[in-house]
Amino acid sequence: MNHHKYRLVIPFLLPALILYGVFVLFPYGRAIYISLTSWRGVSANMPFVGMDNYTRLLNETRFMEALSRNGQLLIVLPIVTIGIALTFAALFTQGGAGIRGSGFYRVVFFFPQVISAVIVGMLFTYVYNPTYGLLNAFLDLIGLDSLTRAWLGNASTVLWAIAAVAIWSSVGFYMVIFMASMQSIPTSFYEAAVLDGATRWRQFRDITLPLMWETIRTALIYIAIAALDFFTLVQVMTGGGSSASARKAEVAAIYMYNEAFGQSRWGSASAVGVILLILTLLLSVIVMRATRRETYEF
Amino acid sequence: MSTSMAPAPPIDEPNPENTPQGATAANLDVAGASRSERVMGLLAQIPLLIWAIMVIFPFLWMIMTSLKTNQEILFSPWSFPDVLQWENFSNAWNEARIGRYVLNSVIVISMSLTGTLLVSAMAAYVISRFQFPGNRFIFYLFMAGLMFPVFLGLVPLYFLMDDLGIKDTYHGLALVYIAYSLPFTIFFLVGFFKTLPGEVAEASTVDGAGPYRTFFQIMLPMAKPGLIAMGIFNFLGHWNQYLLPLVLMQNDDMRMLSQGLGMLAIQQGYQNDYGALFAAMTITMVPTLIVYVIFQRRLESGLTAGALKG
Repeated sequence: MNHHKYRLVIPFLLPALILYGVFVLFPYGRAIYISLTSWRGVSANMPFVGMDNYTRLLNETRFMEALSRNGQLLIVLPIVTIGIALTFAALFTQGGAGIRGSGFYRVVFFFPQVISAVIVGMLFTYVYNPTYGLLNAFLDLIGLDSLTRAWLGNASTVLWAIAAVAIWSSVGFYMVIFMASMQSIPTSFYEAAVLDGATRWRQFRDITLPLMWETIRTALIYIAIAALDFFTLVQVMTGGGSSASARKAEVAAIYMYNEAFGQSRWGSASAVGVILLILTLLLSVIVMRATRRETYEF
Repeated sequence: MSTSMAPAPPIDEPNPENTPQGATAANLDVAGASRSERVMGLLAQIPLLIWAIMVIFPFLWMIMTSLKTNQEILFSPWSFPDVLQWENFSNAWNEARIGRYVLNSVIVISMSLTGTLLVSAMAAYVISRFQFPGNRFIFYLFMAGLMFPVFLGLVPLYFLMDDLGIKDTYHGLALVYIAYSLPFTIFFLVGFFKTLPGEVAEASTVDGAGPYRTFFQIMLPMAKPGLIAMGIFNFLGHWNQYLLPLVLMQNDDMRMLSQGLGMLAIQQGYQNDYGALFAAMTITMVPTLIVYVIFQRRLESGLTAGALKG
């Protein structure tokens, strides 16, 4: 019977292992090696330079500024996204005698998540356009014309204008996750709390939040990874170029893309990739530790 | 084997009867409270309605704008088009080469989607249902792929494709799509195969069916709901993929749709024909919209399943 088993196991596993090994694992491993060289891609020889790329990057203002923007996103994106998504999820599952049209809202809110980030980015480039964009026109309409500006052309607003789009498109996704998590909490917990005279806010704080903590942690890690990998929206909305305002939205991945495919500094670009990997792993560990609480079985 | 034998996918479908806990809790309340409940329900509508408008309006504006002239777009962004400019769509399709990009995307995705489902299903099947040394290790090796930033592998991948002579080819990109889709698809399908009853497979083995026949004629049909969920999930992922083709398909003839659209936006070369640009965006969005509307429930659970189990 045993040889029978391996006649199936091996050919069934091989295609997946080969594809994954060749196109995913091998490039990752090789990137770590390339990051230790000063390879420019023209010749086959890769001068080994040790940690040079890393020390140069960490001392370069432009890269550190890019990385600090990821840091800012790392703080703002999770707080705002989770805040809005939790509020909406609570309105649906906790609010009063059921919310009218909750099915409709759910379908609508989730929709931006399935649309290509390229379309979303292009669409909002036009929403933000200073002369014919919707946002300025809307501000004019409600008498806030003092606020109108070139949202993407202005060094102080460009990054946050883009971050707002990221939040806009992912709130629905996290809302749906949170709703599923809230709905798995047994109704009897709330019935008991109501009998004890607990207010709605206390029910939310003392029952809902602790019981869905695991889901919130997962969401935190997802958003943290997204904040580190932030790329497509910036690339589409600023062109990823080097105009003054585009520079103010340059994040680590954009920096890396330009190093690689603009400057052919493959070693340095790979080092940025390795730094992002290390930060991703580090961040996951930190989030897991910092948010560790007693988990409740129910 | 009829599909009705297939078990429900391993997804936490919210139980509709259990939905508004608040409502159930409210029933316990004294009658007077139910009015304040209703007021709260109405108040809750306000933020929800505002957000719904914020989501829907830009898309409607996009579709409306795709039917306007340049003059109308620049000088009256709010108004409806005087005459519907359908030629924006033909301009986008032909001059902006969106038609070519749609064709490219369809070719690559038909290969990558079939490949992803077949390769993942085979691997997930043996990982979930057979004991062999290294079983856990292989599973976690695939799971590790969920953590890596795509950017890290980009540079070597670019040169690897060049060395293999499959840069700027349909099958080359399809292979990369498959490889990158394996971790999540295997993760999902392993969970799925574990929920399928084992007796059926055993019975067929006893009946003399070979292991291959057992897989293709019995297990695969039973796994259909899981395969559909992953098919939709990966269709959207591959359709919307931007970064990989941006790096691997640099020949203009070979661009994928999202990428081609992004290039139009970045190069600014198409700025003088806004109508066509908006038409191109609309064309790119329509297939996703259709898939979303038809499969909304399944898709939502597929996309969120990973997060809930994570």
